[in-house]
Amino acid sequence: MSLSIPHALAVWRRNASMYRRTWKWNILPNFFEPVFYLFSLGIGVGAYISEMSGASYIAFLAPALVCVAAMNGASFEVTYNIFVRLTFEKAYDAMLTTPIEPDDVLAGEILWAVTRACIYGGCFYAVLAVFGLTPLPSSLLVFLLMPLAGLLFAAIGIVFSLRIPNIELFSFYYTLFLTPLFLFSDVFFPLKERLSEPWLWVAEALPLLHPVRLARAAFRGDLSPIVLWDLGYVLGLSLLLLAWARRAARQRLMN
Amino acid sequence: MTSEIIVEAAAVSKRFGTRLAVDHLSLEIPAGVCFGLLGPNGAGKTTTLRMIYGVTRPSSGTIRVFGIDIARDPRAVRSRLGVTLQQNVLIEALSPEENLRVFGRYHLLREPELSRRVNQLLDFLELRSHERLPVRQLSGGFQRRLAIALSLMNQPELLILDEPTTGLDPAVRLALWSRVRDLTATGTTVLLTTHYMDEAQRLCDRVAIISGGKVIDEGAPAALIATHLAPETVELDCTPEEEPILLGGLALPLRRRLRVGRRVMIYLQDASSLVEQIRHRDQGDRREMVIRPANLEDVFLALTGTSLEGGQ
Ligand SMILES: Nc1ncnc2c1ncn2[C@@H]1O[C@H](COP(=O)(O)OP(=O)(O)O)[C@@H](O)[C@H]1O
Ligand SMILES: [Mg+2]
Repeated sequence: MSLSIPHALAVWRRNASMYRRTWKWNILPNFFEPVFYLFSLGIGVGAYISEMSGASYIAFLAPALVCVAAMNGASFEVTYNIFVRLTFEKAYDAMLTTPIEPDDVLAGEILWAVTRACIYGGCFYAVLAVFGLTPLPSSLLVFLLMPLAGLLFAAIGIVFSLRIPNIELFSFYYTLFLTPLFLFSDVFFPLKERLSEPWLWVAEALPLLHPVRLARAAFRGDLSPIVLWDLGYVLGLSLLLLAWARRAARQRLMN
Repeated sequence: MTSEIIVEAAAVSKRFGTRLAVDHLSLEIPAGVCFGLLGPNGAGKTTTLRMIYGVTRPSSGTIRVFGIDIARDPRAVRSRLGVTLQQNVLIEALSPEENLRVFGRYHLLREPELSRRVNQLLDFLELRSHERLPVRQLSGGFQRRLAIALSLMNQPELLILDEPTTGLDPAVRLALWSRVRDLTATGTTVLLTTHYMDEAQRLCDRVAIISGGKVIDEGAPAALIATHLAPETVELDCTPEEEPILLGGLALPLRRRLRVGRRVMIYLQDASSLVEQIRHRDQGDRREMVIRPANLEDVFLALTGTSLEGGQ
């Protein structure tokens, strides 16, 4: 193990000092996207849907979109931003002239992506609260979920970013991975009412499904035993990918 | 204290695929000196530096810095050295002052030490005039000074400079050289790479001449010139056919003669009598001749048969 928490925090702080400058421009597109979905689908389409899984359609969408906001916040950070720091800005080359080691870089970046997931998820939660869509106190549990969802998508994205040779490949990541996840992870309709039994098992592999299920459980305030499986999935897959990312980071940053 | 060895590389090689970038390179850098790695582009200078501060693993051989095996404890080594990379790595949206602060935190500096050090370096590298402007608005020379300031944040015992003045105008180069002298004067060991022989000659106490990943020779600049060549050089243009007519059978102790295209360089103790004799043989044809001190560029040419700046 060669992780040093103070050095990882120095990496985190570098990103935070940059973000303080640019957050107004950064936060807009990623933050508004789920807000638009909420209004268009929740209020627009929702008018034609009397109920979904026992709730109004907008109440069905709300918790899932908190997860989508967290996913977007983390994903953007570990894809484009990390790739730019890695290949164009060469920020890590500079860090590695100091006592910072690749493990610290990785930890600092993941922590920063988790931070952004929480910022996006938190802002979106505030919007929901304004519209009275956040049952209290149970929905507050999603604040524990946001860092976990952030961690999961930070880990997935960073493995991808460390492995690809050029920035164009991120369009595959977005259109062939994140977009289908967004569309088919229980966000807009309950999979278990639409898919046959064997397909439901396959769907369990989808990473966004688990945070979404956990968010709904939190909003409903009923924690059935299945949340243990969802939590286990999120943590287990995150740790597995982080172990992989450690090797990739070492290979990419040192040679 | 002065006999202490700061960097010790023993038979270090680095292979990238089939390409041998560094080939059984050995170096010893004593404390307090300014040591230059002199070689053309692609000679393996940057790779050697990267191995010394531990971000490139040698394929074979070992490196000790401050007596510590870099493969064992890179953090301990890197906390005591500073590196200015060949390409500036600056945060363009932030000011020089903020860049220094961010970098100071990589070394875990805290207030009030952090601010104290930032202010010292803003003064030392004369960055005050634009301390609050975003870096992207600053000139190349200013950015380079800032990059060097970053590498001094932790008051390094060893400062590594990878081509510190490449692409800078002469005034900025002179200013940087004087900063490097200030640092060596206060006991900092400096290791720099360059493909400018004048930089190596003016700044370095010792140089290692590198070509194809190998150290070809090493020593004080004046000693290298004395060993391989002679103090003075006469340079002239002549065809290979004219050469025996002009220079054949001269009763002079010529140390060495080198040819690059039409240009011939003759190295000897005292140039004046040679010039006279060539004038005599030229029979009134006043051929242009340059008399100058021999330099490291000539040594490189003598050792490798290729020139430094046009290298590869
Ligand atoms: N990461 C790398 N992968 C493959 N080849 C490399 C790598 N780094 C350097 N080289 C090769 O090693 C040789 C030495 O490079 P370098 O150390 O950068 O030379 P210099 O700094 O003297 O110009 C060059 O031929 C270069 O192409
Ligand atoms: Mg180089």
